[in-house]
Amino acid sequence: MHGGLERIAELADRAPAKDRAGTLRRLAGYLKPHAPALAVAMVFVLMGTSSQAIGPAIIKRAVDGYLAPGADPAGLRGTMQLLLGAYVVGVIGFMMQVWLIGVVGQRVLAELRVDIFDQVQRLPMRYLDGHDAGDLMSRLVNDTEIIGNFLTQGAMQSVGALLGLTVIVGMMIYTSPPLAAATLIVIPLMLWLTRFFARLSRERYRTAREAIGEVSSNLQEDISGIREAQAFARTDRNIERFSRSNAANRDANVSAVAVTSAFTPAAELLSAVATAIVIGYGGWLVVARGAAPGTVVAFVIWVGNFFRPIQQLSAIWTQAQAALAGAERVFDLLDEPIALADRPDAPALPAIQGRVAFENVTFGYEPGRPVIRDVNLVIEPGQTVALVGPTGAGKTTLGNLLLRHYGVQAGRITVDGHDIREVTARSLRRQLGVVPQEPFLFSGSVADNIRYGRPEASDAELEAAVNAVGAQDFIASLPEGYATPLGERGSGLSSGQRQLIALARAALVDPRILLLDEATANIDTRTERLIQAGLDRLLSGRTSLVIAHRLSTVRGADLVLVIDEGRIVERGSHAELLAADGVYADLYRRQLGTVAEPA
Amino acid sequence: MAYLGPYRRTAIGAFFSLVVVSLASLASPRLLQWGIDDGIQAADARIVVYSALALVGLAAGRGIFAFLQGYWSEVASQGVAFDLRNAIYGKLQRLSFSYHDQAQTGKLMTRVTSDVEQVRTFVGIGVLQLASALTLLLGSAAVLLYMNWQLALGALSVIPAIFAVLALFIVRIRPRFKVIQQRLGTLNTVLQENLAGVRVVRAFATEPAESARYRAANQALLVEWLAQIKVFATSFPLIFFFANLGTLVVFWYGGNKVIAGELSVGALVAFNLYLALLLMPIFILGGLAANLSRAGASAERLFEIIDADIEVRDRADAQPLGQIEGRVSFDAVHFRYVGAEKEVLSGVSFVVEPGETVAILGLTGSGKSTVINLIPRFYDVTGGAVRIDGRDIRDVTLDSLRTQIGIVHQDPILFSGSIRDNIAFGRPDAPDAEVESAARAAQAHDFIAALPEGYATPVGERGVGLSGGQRQRIAIARAILVDPRILIFDDSTSAVDTETESRIQAALDQLLAGRTAFVIAQRLSTVIGADRILVLEDGRVAANGSHDQLLAESALYCDIVASQLMEDLPTQASLLEPAALPPHGEG
Repeated sequence: MHGGLERIAELADRAPAKDRAGTLRRLAGYLKPHAPALAVAMVFVLMGTSSQAIGPAIIKRAVDGYLAPGADPAGLRGTMQLLLGAYVVGVIGFMMQVWLIGVVGQRVLAELRVDIFDQVQRLPMRYLDGHDAGDLMSRLVNDTEIIGNFLTQGAMQSVGALLGLTVIVGMMIYTSPPLAAATLIVIPLMLWLTRFFARLSRERYRTAREAIGEVSSNLQEDISGIREAQAFARTDRNIERFSRSNAANRDANVSAVAVTSAFTPAAELLSAVATAIVIGYGGWLVVARGAAPGTVVAFVIWVGNFFRPIQQLSAIWTQAQAALAGAERVFDLLDEPIALADRPDAPALPAIQGRVAFENVTFGYEPGRPVIRDVNLVIEPGQTVALVGPTGAGKTTLGNLLLRHYGVQAGRITVDGHDIREVTARSLRRQLGVVPQEPFLFSGSVADNIRYGRPEASDAELEAAVNAVGAQDFIASLPEGYATPLGERGSGLSSGQRQLIALARAALVDPRILLLDEATANIDTRTERLIQAGLDRLLSGRTSLVIAHRLSTVRGADLVLVIDEGRIVERGSHAELLAADGVYADLYRRQLGTVAEPA
Repeated sequence: MAYLGPYRRTAIGAFFSLVVVSLASLASPRLLQWGIDDGIQAADARIVVYSALALVGLAAGRGIFAFLQGYWSEVASQGVAFDLRNAIYGKLQRLSFSYHDQAQTGKLMTRVTSDVEQVRTFVGIGVLQLASALTLLLGSAAVLLYMNWQLALGALSVIPAIFAVLALFIVRIRPRFKVIQQRLGTLNTVLQENLAGVRVVRAFATEPAESARYRAANQALLVEWLAQIKVFATSFPLIFFFANLGTLVVFWYGGNKVIAGELSVGALVAFNLYLALLLMPIFILGGLAANLSRAGASAERLFEIIDADIEVRDRADAQPLGQIEGRVSFDAVHFRYVGAEKEVLSGVSFVVEPGETVAILGLTGSGKSTVINLIPRFYDVTGGAVRIDGRDIRDVTLDSLRTQIGIVHQDPILFSGSIRDNIAFGRPDAPDAEVESAARAAQAHDFIAALPEGYATPVGERGVGLSGGQRQRIAIARAILVDPRILIFDDSTSAVDTETESRIQAALDQLLAGRTAFVIAQRLSTVIGADRILVLEDGRVAANGSHDQLLAESALYCDIVASQLMEDLPTQASLLEPAALPPHGEG
């Protein structure tokens, strides 16, 4: 029971659902298609529990009718055959109930998961920006798990427990109303006891959870910061600090377990009290009132059987609360508006030349705080435009707006004259290629990752794309070539190599427009030259918007835009801007200032 | 389990309580029998009352010991877990870089948290449960046999069947369980990658493909779940069925004995209860078997860490280093990473005079990082020696060596705590004024002051997000504050924009004066400003000298410089038209 009480305490600590009825209705909506299976399951539940409860009644008949020296063995045989029959019915009911309810629960859960995933695909970027991916992830996994547990185990157990209790109580009252009344007094006591201990342990388990959280966050941090700790000779201090949080964890757990350790004996004491009532009062009924001794025997078995369902029910009650709260959060997510949905009648963007225009575009991630202010810009097909400016100036945002990750707040963006809001997002994005600064690689092989945007591409096309960006030698040098599996976030590859894969990925899609966020540093000179060569080939003939960190890129661009605080403050070619001796010239000098001295 | 030693008394107390609890459990059916036979059947009201009271009294007494057992076993097991965690943590803190290079944070975390927990549950609950289960099993079997051996044998005949179902269940469920965990892992990986890579997904418009991938993983999981449910559905109901058959045997076969006058009704009821007492431990044992193997594997993994070799440690006769000047020399240093076949450094020799700034240059894999990691002795050389002020660093204590060296890593880790705590990481007792001046020197003061809570602003995992450049500046301030004689910068300004970098550079120039400094830099400007440039190639020093010297002498250096300057310098030259020259321009 320790675990039980701890689980209750933990679940009870979660925020409750605000609209229980509504959430329940919606959850029931998921169950609806499975109604026939559930109805059949209900029949089996009834079969299982009632046969379990009838058992003692049959035994009572045997005790009263045939269990005396010299009684008729044939009568005993009859009742025992009845008992066997009840057990067989019971096992069938029990098996089918576990099977049917489990299947329905898992199916519902699978449907719910798919709905969530599909919704995540449609959520606006703005929503995802506001939610940490890891956080969202653990919430989704956690919530669906709680709902799943409730649907499969909880719902089944509660139905079984409730039915079982009803049948047992019914049989008790039928057999002997006074003895039933005396015994059942213990039920409310039992409920109260469970709630009392759950409340008592709740605070302590919360402390214990926080304590272990503290231990693991200390640990996580100190393991990843081990180099710093050793470099700054901090290890002894860290060990001391860890030992403190470790001790707090130990004490919190011992204190919580003190409560739960008292709970089980207390519950068992109550159960003993109930048995004592059966023996004492029931015995008195037999001795003084001439009741049948079999009644006492049956009651002893019933009493042994009905405490478990009561404890189960109170655990399930808390579980149900937590499941409802989880379901509500899941439904909230499913109800999140899809801000940038295509218009219902939006046509696909036809094959484009690649002329991009920003017309008086204004945008902010939060209302009233524009990040892009009144930007006007035309990029002719095939032109390369370099964006330069300090961090936070709005360079990345321009790319995100073109991709329609966000909607502009004023003005419009057109591609070949089509307002990008008027066409489907999919047809727009399929003609755009993106190479982010830190390329994200999916688990799968190198080839899978390059094919990411065009899974159907042939091997020849794949190789052509790889050759185009000059990545063939590096891929050939990998242990399994194209089939080399890439782990979590492309671990095992240098950032330069990841960049090359991202370039090949973009090249394979063969987009008319390319958005490129150059890597800042950490690529050694030779790899960089390789990447530069690949880039040059990729950029030629395409409209490109490059967030530039390298002077070579800037110098090669047809147009350089200096962005500051969301505005284009200077525009022109590299040479023009240097001659103008403004912000750009200043930036340029600062970066190369020292180089010139000894040269 | 030597770790149980300090908690021997509580453990023994828990065990004693457990024996009492088991005995009490075994006694209660007999009490019931007494009440039924001598009280109810014999119509003796006194015995009815006595037996009822005795039942309650027994349960109360049993309860007290059950509490003690639970409490004491928790005290002992938490104590063991506490000691284990401390031992592992302490070990991890001292284990050398070579160990941490190979270990993954996630896996180490699992060891300290869930592996310790596995062992703890087993020590605390498992061992006691095992003892309790065995006591109850043997005790109730003995009582049954004593009461009526024929009936006992009849009732016990269901036990092998239950064992068989249980064993079959464990055999069938274990591989399924693993598969479910794997498939769940796959499913969650799809979701996690989809969320983390959402920009790529959207940009390539691959949402339908992603959905298909998720559906496939989801379906695979569902199929496995359904198979597992089948196993459950055919196991547990069967077990209960056999348990019920035991009751049937008791009442049928035993009933005939009652009819024959060989047994009382109360004995029959007691018999049935003993049978229940006997079945419970069987379930517990089934669960324990699984736990035992898991706890064993966990314990093994724990001792792997506890027994790991600390490669870099103080010699027994190590002396404190004392205040150093800052002369660093590498004397034919060879180095090979553990398990690697190729040497990273093969005979590196150089001398750096106190106060010099050294830029280390070379391609990826040429050994730059290794050189700087050898100076604070994060690794021990595999040949030759690293000396500071002429002393082999293996002859001095680690603490005295490392406190005189400041390091700024490429991707600095900030710890949760305030910004002040982070700057004062190496000197937690530094006065605020010094913390602030270190921050000023690192060009970090302005942005810190602009934060809502200034130096008290929480950072790290649960704190505010700082940009890469801001983190680097805090790391620089952290290194400055310990006022080291030797400073090491590992490409530490790469994430800072040009303007900030030039300001940091200016501050650093003052700061570096009088200190020995090693810099691994990506930017040419940093390299050119150094007193000495060390060019590494394939684990050897390919060139060593000033910028001008190397331009004249080293082809490799020219090549590296050219690969950057080829594009930059020519225009630089063409830039040097009077109109383009800044007022404070180049002379």
